[in-house]
Amino acid sequence: MTQSNPPIWRLDRHGHDVVLSLRGNWIARESGLRNTAEMRQALEPLDAALLRFDTNGLGRWDSALVVFLQSLRAEAARQAPPLGLDESALPEAARRLLALAEVGTGQKPEENAALRPSLATQVGYSVFNWWDGGVAVAALIGETALRGVAAVGGRTRTRAVDVMQLMREAGGGAVAIIAVVNGLVGAILAFVGAVQLRRFGAGIYVADLVGIAMVREMAAVMTAIVMAGRTGGAYAAHLATMQGNEEIDALRALGIPVHDFLVLPRVVALVAMMPLLYLYACAVGLFGGFVVGGAILDLTPSAFWGQIQTAVAGRQFVIGLVKSVAFGALVALVGCHVGLQAGRSAADVGRAATRAVVASIVGIIALDALFAVCADALGV
Amino acid sequence: MASGATPSPPLLKAEGLTLAFGSRVILRDLSFSVRRGSVFAVMGGSGCGKSTVMRAMIGLLRPAAGTVAVDGEDYWGATAERRAEIGRRFGVLFQNGALWSAMSVAENVALPLQMFTDLGADDVDALVRLKLSLVGMEAAGERMPAELSGGMRKRAGLARALALDPDLLFFDEPSAGLDPVTSKRLDDLILELRDGLGATVVIVSHELPSLFAICDDGVFLDAETRTAIAHGSPRALRDGCGHPTVRAFMERSRQDHHGQGGSP
Repeated sequence: MTQSNPPIWRLDRHGHDVVLSLRGNWIARESGLRNTAEMRQALEPLDAALLRFDTNGLGRWDSALVVFLQSLRAEAARQAPPLGLDESALPEAARRLLALAEVGTGQKPEENAALRPSLATQVGYSVFNWWDGGVAVAALIGETALRGVAAVGGRTRTRAVDVMQLMREAGGGAVAIIAVVNGLVGAILAFVGAVQLRRFGAGIYVADLVGIAMVREMAAVMTAIVMAGRTGGAYAAHLATMQGNEEIDALRALGIPVHDFLVLPRVVALVAMMPLLYLYACAVGLFGGFVVGGAILDLTPSAFWGQIQTAVAGRQFVIGLVKSVAFGALVALVGCHVGLQAGRSAADVGRAATRAVVASIVGIIALDALFAVCADALGV
Repeated sequence: MASGATPSPPLLKAEGLTLAFGSRVILRDLSFSVRRGSVFAVMGGSGCGKSTVMRAMIGLLRPAAGTVAVDGEDYWGATAERRAEIGRRFGVLFQNGALWSAMSVAENVALPLQMFTDLGADDVDALVRLKLSLVGMEAAGERMPAELSGGMRKRAGLARALALDPDLLFFDEPSAGLDPVTSKRLDDLILELRDGLGATVVIVSHELPSLFAICDDGVFLDAETRTAIAHGSPRALRDGCGHPTVRAFMERSRQDHHGQGGSP
């Protein structure tokens, strides 16, 4: 290959015509594109009627030459009396490509830039979008409730196999991470509490602190957050991928209710698994607290458990269980909703998973605050 | 690309190719060669391993035995780096375009140029515009792949395949999923590009009208014997091949052409 043969052009005057000689290798990868600005400057003073080509010195060429010729054409048409081009000397293949590109440019870029909406329009659109989003969420919750009632009567197309499979994935699969997270949260609570309470000689109240915090708040919230990342994100990604593969369209076309087939099993699975995981999380969290309490304060097991039994009333567990059910439903609904609303590309799948996790976690915290206010108002 | 074309050894040559997924052999002892400047068809019924052959040629599946030579150079015997370098001479159009969905059409075409050339942003833009105009997609450069129809997605994929001015274009089922008119237009475009770019084209397809229209050489694969059972252009195979499988395959189209109402 002749590497050192750069693309060169030269304009010469021959009577009334100009001749453009093209030499060298016009390969985009090797020497980039030629600038036509110089060409414009060279053409202007010539004031010729016809431009012919001389390609005797032309070596290898690719798109670089075609781009050059394209802009030369545009340049020639722009000249005051339009400059004629006699392209017969150009390589046949180049002429074909030029013709093909010309046909392609027949259609002009569509009206995209013309419609840049005003601020008021944008605000209006976002209000409508926000409203539509709200309606969609309300519809999803309503439909889930209605279909859930129907399911109790055995009048849905939800398959038990699906529910069992989803339960196994959501419940059994999460046992390890729930144990790690809640065990550590219990241990941290005990540690922080022990440092403070020891100064007042109230070390034994570490058990109260860990017990009430875990059972009433942390076990449910931490478990829900783990499930939002683990299962909610997976639901969103799964449904968004199904959307992209037209699987959801196939369900709709067959008349299989998407809601019964996809949403309800997921909601049921999480609502069923979350209370169990919550109880498990409580146990692990209390154990974590006990380990730290025992290590720092030398609490005996019987003293610790005894203290917990007096501190944590049964209704604390009820509050925790109610929360965990609500969180489970929230995570599953958000995941399914986001997944079903997702676009059809690979990037949309990633976006759906992110949105589902973020929305679930924010929702969990907000819902927990709501529970705190309600519990305070009810005096429980 | 188009320089003085001298009669030279085949651009692409497969010899004794055996392709397998694990222990499952898809094709065995397959040999063929692709002449420079030809439009070469890899034909055969569904499940005969057509696409697998293409995967072996574009570096996605290492053959269990045999060689693929590009310009006389052993493709699979080369180091991975060298193979990637050779691969840059290929342009591949996947069945559904395989556009990167997070990027606009123009960005899809620009990426190979940005990755493998030192061109500035303006030059890349100019080349992208050229490639898009070659496939008639200049107006759609800013659109996202998800907003395109099937035919447009293919044309955009074709523009991307052309980005680096390849010597060798691979098409996987170019007309699959397209209506006859669009498919015909794509066939014409392939021929125009072949002539314009001086590229060699390998087409994997079972769409007979397309095969007859554009291919001038080819190989016929058989799912039962798992190897090539005929060589030659689709038209020549239709008109003069004695092999019953090939006949049955090609006859299908003849019946379709001649017996509009009457054929079974």
